[in-house]
Amino acid sequence: MTVRHSSENCVEVLSQLNDYVDGELDLALCKDLEQHLAECDDCRVVLDTLEKTVLLVQQLHQAEPELPKEVESRLFAVLKLDDYLSS
Amino acid sequence: MPTVPIDLDIYPDEEALLQGLLKGERDACACMLKRYAPRVYAVALRMMGDPDEAEEVLQETFISACKHIHTFEGRSALNTWLHRITVNAALMRLRKRKGLEVSLDAPVETLDGDDIPRQIADWAFAPDDHALDAEIRQVLEEAIAQLPDSMRTVFVLREIEGYNTEETAQMLGISVSAAKVRLHRARLRLRELLTPYFSERAKRGQKS
Repeated sequence: MTVRHSSENCVEVLSQLNDYVDGELDLALCKDLEQHLAECDDCRVVLDTLEKTVLLVQQLHQAEPELPKEVESRLFAVLKLDDYLSS
Repeated sequence: MPTVPIDLDIYPDEEALLQGLLKGERDACACMLKRYAPRVYAVALRMMGDPDEAEEVLQETFISACKHIHTFEGRSALNTWLHRITVNAALMRLRKRKGLEVSLDAPVETLDGDDIPRQIADWAFAPDDHALDAEIRQVLEEAIAQLPDSMRTVFVLREIEGYNTEETAQMLGISVSAAKVRLHRARLRLRELLTPYFSERAKRGQKS
């Protein structure tokens, strides 16, 4: 794992990265940012992994939620519906 | 007490279920729990970042839903209504923990030194190629739970639960710009937390 310190340009780019990922960054700023990305390996990795983070989390929303059995039992008990659950 | 298995088919659709709930039928109540509790719990868990408190939110949500079902006007889906109750119950608890809202004279929120990426490594992983397997799901949920309340709430509402920035800001009582900055910081923080796992996973993949 490499730990590197970002340059001033990188910090500037970092503050715009979110809008860029969401497609909300001003067109002129996009060009500057893409220019920097073409030259900076670190920022390219950050952008790539940030985009992957966003994509992964979106998949989480689609995933079938799970309710632990014991949590379900206690919920039914609180509502006095525990006779509906097989023991 | 004898066990009464729930026949989910008694209420073929939401309208039928709602009619049952309005008549105070126990079957309808049990059916609502079976259908919606997993989703309510998932939202509560992500909002609270803590299983015990999430369970309390889950129970509060359904106690409140059963009590107030007659106020449900059917303008939204039952699911959406329950979701709103869940989020409100979670926020009520989180406000007691403090740190969610900001006073009007607080400095404008911006990125700071903590947000500068430190973990810089390729993941060699394309989210599209993988259905979210159980391991990745757990890693993600744990990382989300580690975010500070102020970031996690914005992140969960905006990114997972699909509220827009304005709605999120309003629910949390913060400005739109603060909501944007918190979302940005949360994403960066998550990226940071996930990088060790995914870069290791990439190495594991190369070896096998």
